[in-house]
Amino acid sequence: MLDLLENVGGTGWAILGAALAVILSGCGSAYGVGIAGQAASGVVTEDPDKFAKVLIMQLLPGTQGIYGLLVAFITLSKIGLLGGGAEDLEVMTGIMILAACLPIAIVGLVSARNQGKTSVAAIGIVAKKPDQFGKAMLFPAMVETYAILALLISILAITAIPI
Amino acid sequence: MSDTQYAYAVARIRALETSLFSSSVIEQLIACKDQEAALRFLQEKGWGGADTALNADAILTREREKIWETIKEMHVDMDVFDVLSYPNWFHNLKAAVKEVCTGESGANIFYEGTPVPKEEMVRIIKEKDYKALPENMRQAAEEAVEALLHSGDGQLCDVIIDRATMDAIKEAGRLSKDEIIRDYAESTVAVANIKIAVRSSKTAKSLEFMKRAMAPCDSLNVDALAHAALAGMDSIMEYLNGNGYAEGAEALKESPSAFERWCDNRIIQTIKPQKSNPFSVGPLVAYVIARENEIKTVRIILTCRQNGLPDDSIRERVREMYV
Repeated sequence: MLDLLENVGGTGWAILGAALAVILSGCGSAYGVGIAGQAASGVVTEDPDKFAKVLIMQLLPGTQGIYGLLVAFITLSKIGLLGGGAEDLEVMTGIMILAACLPIAIVGLVSARNQGKTSVAAIGIVAKKPDQFGKAMLFPAMVETYAILALLISILAITAIPI
Repeated sequence: MSDTQYAYAVARIRALETSLFSSSVIEQLIACKDQEAALRFLQEKGWGGADTALNADAILTREREKIWETIKEMHVDMDVFDVLSYPNWFHNLKAAVKEVCTGESGANIFYEGTPVPKEEMVRIIKEKDYKALPENMRQAAEEAVEALLHSGDGQLCDVIIDRATMDAIKEAGRLSKDEIIRDYAESTVAVANIKIAVRSSKTAKSLEFMKRAMAPCDSLNVDALAHAALAGMDSIMEYLNGNGYAEGAEALKESPSAFERWCDNRIIQTIKPQKSNPFSVGPLVAYVIARENEIKTVRIILTCRQNGLPDDSIRERVREMYV
């Protein structure tokens, strides 16, 4: 086990953290935007005038993917990979960066999936009562709160880790 | 198919639900002075097609076709909807049995679009090739043919096939993973049992007849219901009051048409929770039932208007709307 930790190296663990942040939150967003897109297509099939409203609903679960990307950028910048001056990190430092990336990776995945499902339900409201668009948008927007909390913790933790 | 796979279809149904008739639209239809005005009103609401004649049958037939065209466009598993068509499938069996056993060709009306076409159904009954029928029809077909050939009792033939229809619906509900199918099956069979009890009580049928006609279900004890029917209408009402069907007892007390209306309303009440269900096949099934109910209600209004019934009599027969 210790050999594995040593062989991957501190930089390797940090890159794994950045990759997980992008992969997991991106997968969640892809699912959420996909399912909301199916529902949006159903509404637009019958009523093309609602395109703009349902498009906004569809885009809501897409933010987690962006948050994951942001955290990955900060991580890569932190370990010097983006600036071209990469240093060999201590294994412990690399693992700490990996741990710091996990909040947005995991919460991003789960919240984007659930936000997608909530968007589908909200698109149902828009389909029947387009004048209730504002209220309908609040329901999926609530799910966003937890992705933002996870994003904050990931950014704070990564920036606070001394290299 | 996972529940989320219905996201497109359910959202489309939500958009379509906005064009379902509400109670206020039904009131406007009742307010039309004659049938022609009512038909024009329906056309203004988009009923019928561009080339559909201003004729009640043509418009209503076109509307029924539209239901299935819409559902088929959604590319969902159509087997889920079979349970809704069972009454039509079994009706065709009944018509074929009577046509073959009585030799009166053309006297019975067959539904189109059933898995066993009319000609094939008649052939099966004629040649007694029951294995060619769907499994849930075989035994009933054989028994109905034997009953009609040996006793000439058309009513017994009807009872056998109607009971098989109810058993098939109940079994479809039992095997279904979808809550709406289970609820629909239970409500349909329970309401059918209550109808049998009421009619049997009015025509003084025997306990054996009722037991033969009624299908077991979860919300009613058919044995107790049959005994109540033997004792009279008051006993039926008492039984219904004590078993979650108090509204049915009230309707029964009010008038026969109020009772018939309650029977249909009970099904609509069963499917109403689907209005807030964003996933699963439930909203699609509910939409089909709601459209059928809407078409039935419009047909009742048009027929009443044609026969010059007063508005109050029409309102008494108008079914509860889904939206």
